[in-house]
Amino acid sequence: MRVKRRFVAIWFRHLMTDWMTLKHPGFSELPFVLTTPVRGRVVITAANALAEMQGITTEMAMADARAIIPSLEMMDDIPGQPAKLLKALGEWCIRYTPLIAVDMPDGLILDISGCSHLWGGERAYLGAIIKTLRSKGYDARGAMADTIGTAWAVARFGKVKPIIEPGQQTEALLSLAPAALRLEPLTLERLQKLGFYTIQGFIGMGRPVLRRRFGQEFLMRLDQALGNEDEPMQLLQPVEPYHERLPCLEPIRTATGIEIAIRKLLEQLCHRLEGEGKGLRTAILKCYRVDDKIIQVSIGTSHPSRYIDHLFKLFELKVPLIEPALGIELFTLDALKVEDVEPEQEVLWSTTSGGLEDGRLTELLDKISNKMGAATIHRYLPQECHWPERSIKQAKTLQDKRMTAWRTDRPRPSLLLQKPEQIQVTAPIPDYPPMLFVYKNKVHQIKKADGPERIEREWWLEKGEHRDYYYVEDQDGQRYWLFRSGHYSDGQPKQWFIHGFFA
Amino acid sequence: MPDNKRDIISKLQKDILLWEGFKPPQTDSADTFGLGPIESAFPNGVFPLGALHELICPTAEQAAATSGFITGILGKLIKQDGVCLWIGSARKLFPSSLSAFNIEPDRMIFIDLKRERDMLWVTEEALKCESLTAVIAELQDINIAQSRRLQLAVESSKVTGFIMRTDLNKAKTSTCVARWRVSPISSETEDGLPGVGFPRWQVELLKVRNGSPGVWKMEWAGRSFVSLDEKVIAHEALERRAG
Repeated sequence: MRVKRRFVAIWFRHLMTDWMTLKHPGFSELPFVLTTPVRGRVVITAANALAEMQGITTEMAMADARAIIPSLEMMDDIPGQPAKLLKALGEWCIRYTPLIAVDMPDGLILDISGCSHLWGGERAYLGAIIKTLRSKGYDARGAMADTIGTAWAVARFGKVKPIIEPGQQTEALLSLAPAALRLEPLTLERLQKLGFYTIQGFIGMGRPVLRRRFGQEFLMRLDQALGNEDEPMQLLQPVEPYHERLPCLEPIRTATGIEIAIRKLLEQLCHRLEGEGKGLRTAILKCYRVDDKIIQVSIGTSHPSRYIDHLFKLFELKVPLIEPALGIELFTLDALKVEDVEPEQEVLWSTTSGGLEDGRLTELLDKISNKMGAATIHRYLPQECHWPERSIKQAKTLQDKRMTAWRTDRPRPSLLLQKPEQIQVTAPIPDYPPMLFVYKNKVHQIKKADGPERIEREWWLEKGEHRDYYYVEDQDGQRYWLFRSGHYSDGQPKQWFIHGFFA
Repeated sequence: MPDNKRDIISKLQKDILLWEGFKPPQTDSADTFGLGPIESAFPNGVFPLGALHELICPTAEQAAATSGFITGILGKLIKQDGVCLWIGSARKLFPSSLSAFNIEPDRMIFIDLKRERDMLWVTEEALKCESLTAVIAELQDINIAQSRRLQLAVESSKVTGFIMRTDLNKAKTSTCVARWRVSPISSETEDGLPGVGFPRWQVELLKVRNGSPGVWKMEWAGRSFVSLDEKVIAHEALERRAG
């Protein structure tokens, strides 16, 4: 069973000024700000609660702030200090959970999966953290949810309750402002212009529509908040507990010896992984040689796996890279990336079903990606986009299912050139296909043609001319995909390109 | 008794095939690819699966036609959840086009490599993987030793391999069961309407082990192959009857 993950996001509303107050207790009753010079002006970078109450905000010029509060105190901002502070606060929070990440510029993210019962429930747990932080003098707000994105949003923008029940992310987000999704300022501005003041306004819209208008980044943030996409955490103290050692009595110098050592280490590691319901994604083998040199080889799998034979085969390919020289006296094996294994996997390894989920196929692809690099393997899914280069997208995993059907209503060439190549043509205007074209110094007389099929650029994302595609056949029966870029206009010769070859 | 002799000869031929390891088709339900007359060029009249095929395609136009022809065959071969591997160096194959040949493009996994040596290694490993339906490799050149290695892999796994070779050396020996060349020929629309019709190819079987080479004209009529030679005959017969 996959453990249900829970996260807490903590927001320090006045991180820097709180810290200053702690350092200089005399300031606790005064409105004060931190400033930094920007292009000849003194600009406020942080204001304490008292100053904010009177209308001072960050990014205000110091002169304007003085007009509001003549007695306003100012201090120089210390660049880099928030990062240091957050790191220290994060380290202090390790008493609550070992998995903590700093969330620049003013927050912490805690992965609290399976921790809260130790404090007697989620409410008491979150209460304990926030109360302690406040008693230390930091004005902290916290929220708990299934995803980092939602916890972040509720900590900063939530007004109802700080604890979002499992699976209730969507309901919690509906009434919040789009800024709660951690979007780029440009996207926020566009949303504002279109009149989307709450997430409710656009969350129900189709994904292709949202992608076209606001880009992929926007969808990723939305998915992360809703829990459809995993969000990596850069842990303050990376956990690296999957570590096995095998010291050798005599230095090992043969390939057989190395293989035996690898198998033994894998047995120990896989035994432990099995007990914890985990599988290995990447592992690194370090060989400590007698002459104080360390040789490393690493492997990666496309599926979390704890199947010794499979992992051994991956290491076996790397054995020739291990140069034992005078001998290896210590082997260590670290599993750098470990993931939960779905219980069905045990069955899958042995099936003979075929298909994308087949264990033997996974083994083959792991082997290829370990020897040649994972970037050599590609699988494509359809994307709802007419522009030929963008009508397909790379599948991230073998399990990715396509969301839309493959289109067959328009002719598409068997071979598509990576980049359209320019050709010389003779064509009657305005929109007839060319009569002949010259490609690679060869003249092709066009005998038959279909088209034009006009394909527009996604003008809201990029600039450029549209394309008019023609499906043509030459005198030898060879079929091509040609296009003219843009409209005919006065006096300008139009550019024609070849983009593909039909079967 | 000439009939009797012919019977004896055909029986002897079958025996020879059997000794050479060609098993006659188990039942009549054996899948056909709709290749019509081409299939009868093979021993026992069955398109050889679990073997290596070699296709010569020096030009981009021929490569396009060849990939169309192969995917047409794969469309029949790939069952509900089959997976194919396409290994190449400078891949131009456009995945979307596969759906026109009855293949869901997401069932095709592409391996893009730079070096010829790496491609051969991946091809061999892939041909050993029984859960694949077919492996297509775009190789520049393959020598007899390399093709023998691939043949050994194929024999135990029964995966069908297609080698798309770009060099022109036709006479080169290899262990492939068949050597093909597919070139595009001009298409025809129904009733002579303007526009481009279904793709048509001239399919040449340059070499077949224990079979008879030949040249055929084929058309991919949307969902299946149609032999043009047959079509012409049928058309003529129709005209004759009408006349």
